[in-house]
Amino acid sequence: MPVVADLDRVRTAPDLFEKEECELREAFLTEVERVPGGARLRRCIQCGTCTGSCPVSYAMDLTPREVMALFRAGDIERILRSRTIWVCASCYQCTTRCPSNIKVTDILYALKRVAVDRRVFPRKFPVYVLSETFAKQVRKYGRNYEVGLLRTYFWKTSVVRMLMRTGLALALWRKGRLALRPARIKGIAGLRRMIAKAETFDRPQPTEVDQEPTSEVGYGAIG
Amino acid sequence: MADPSLVLKREKMQYSYYPGCSLHSTGVAYDKSVRAMFRALDVELTEIDDWNCCGATAYMSVKETVACVVSARNLALAEPSGHDIVAPCSACFTVLNKTRSYVRQLPEFRRNVEASLNEAGMTCRFDLPVRHPLDVLLNDIGISGIVERQVRSLDGLRVACYYGCQIVRPERAVEEDPEVPMALDDLISALGGTPVDYPPKVRCCGGMLVATFEEVAQNLCNELYDRARSEQADCIITTCPMCQANLELLQQGRRGRTNGSSRPIPILYFTQLIGMALGVSDADAGLQHNLIPLNARFPPVSEMVCHGS
Repeated sequence: MPVVADLDRVRTAPDLFEKEECELREAFLTEVERVPGGARLRRCIQCGTCTGSCPVSYAMDLTPREVMALFRAGDIERILRSRTIWVCASCYQCTTRCPSNIKVTDILYALKRVAVDRRVFPRKFPVYVLSETFAKQVRKYGRNYEVGLLRTYFWKTSVVRMLMRTGLALALWRKGRLALRPARIKGIAGLRRMIAKAETFDRPQPTEVDQEPTSEVGYGAIG
Repeated sequence: MADPSLVLKREKMQYSYYPGCSLHSTGVAYDKSVRAMFRALDVELTEIDDWNCCGATAYMSVKETVACVVSARNLALAEPSGHDIVAPCSACFTVLNKTRSYVRQLPEFRRNVEASLNEAGMTCRFDLPVRHPLDVLLNDIGISGIVERQVRSLDGLRVACYYGCQIVRPERAVEEDPEVPMALDDLISALGGTPVDYPPKVRCCGGMLVATFEEVAQNLCNELYDRARSEQADCIITTCPMCQANLELLQQGRRGRTNGSSRPIPILYFTQLIGMALGVSDADAGLQHNLIPLNARFPPVSEMVCHGS
């Protein structure tokens, strides 16, 4: 495996990498190209400002700086299997401070999309379940319905954690802060048509079966 | 006080209002206080008819074009009015702006988004700015314009001004230093309050991690409580419904009351506090929805002390 590879080498010299890695890099590059300024990724000077600025890097197995280094070393597989991309809270501190102007947060988003596309995470992985449930809510009602979102989310991930939160939900309800019925927008039919059309432009969803759960990502890893 | 004739001359300011999903449920106090505060400032907000979810962070990480189309529908709905869009939720503010900047920078992406909007007979030019209420307060009304309508002083109130992430970066709501923003502090001190020294003002509250990696979110929030407590703050003010909910809910458990103190810290929306300074009633400011009541000494309307000009 090459030690250093330029961002575009996968296209100019595909024989540098193993076939699977090539495919992964290609998928990732396609996502990165959709981020305005995403290609600045190649300018990383490995200074570590991103890691130092990140309020949650202590909970990551690969720091943001290591993610950049691993990309250049040609190991996207390892990045996708890390919990790093899922622990990111999207605070954008790394992006604002990066001296090379790299859009670190948006690149982590691109990696998330590749991971989602390939289903590189356990079946009940909380972050993915949350995103997926959220998307279903929007398709159904046009708006996010918090009660339904959290109910489905905890039902699919941890019923115990749902029960632990009943008290909090009650406290919010007593303060008039929980809508008990979802609000559906009038133009829902039009919105669904738009979503269906937009989906044709996004990456196709995978058809292969889910991978076996591993302890490398998700709750097993964070303890 | 300014010359009343000058005040009358000012054209009534109008904005399209995008509340977003949170402001209709957990963030209902934000919705009420934004409306009441702008009413007190004689600014008209017109809610965008039949708005939908902004697309949100959770969506963005799965399907990009879909997220931007969902977001763009709101921009398209607001466009005929021609008024700037006001989005109080920091996440909506960021996502709506991100959609705008993506379609403006990527021609092919723009064609895809437009083609999708066309499916429901909609079009969008993406030229209406999406703004945060803090920006409108500071740049359209101005601190002096707010102070001249003040009827109640925030005298004696120690406030930790918490900006969170999304309005200082990556889409800046107000042009200023993203590391040490002072706009909110200036506004509070102009109204008589005392903004405390609050270095974690742009640190993250954890966002959606509260549902996925709760321990990590708890640590982030503890940092915010600890500093506010050590500065003897009466409350933390936020600009985002997610920060407000996280900061309140993570204080409900035992772990939120660290640092040898169990005093819960009230978490208010900045619009609640500014609204009260403008004479908005507690109910209109949505104080009844807060989990932790503001018990601080707070002069009633009749004890008004005039600050500024």
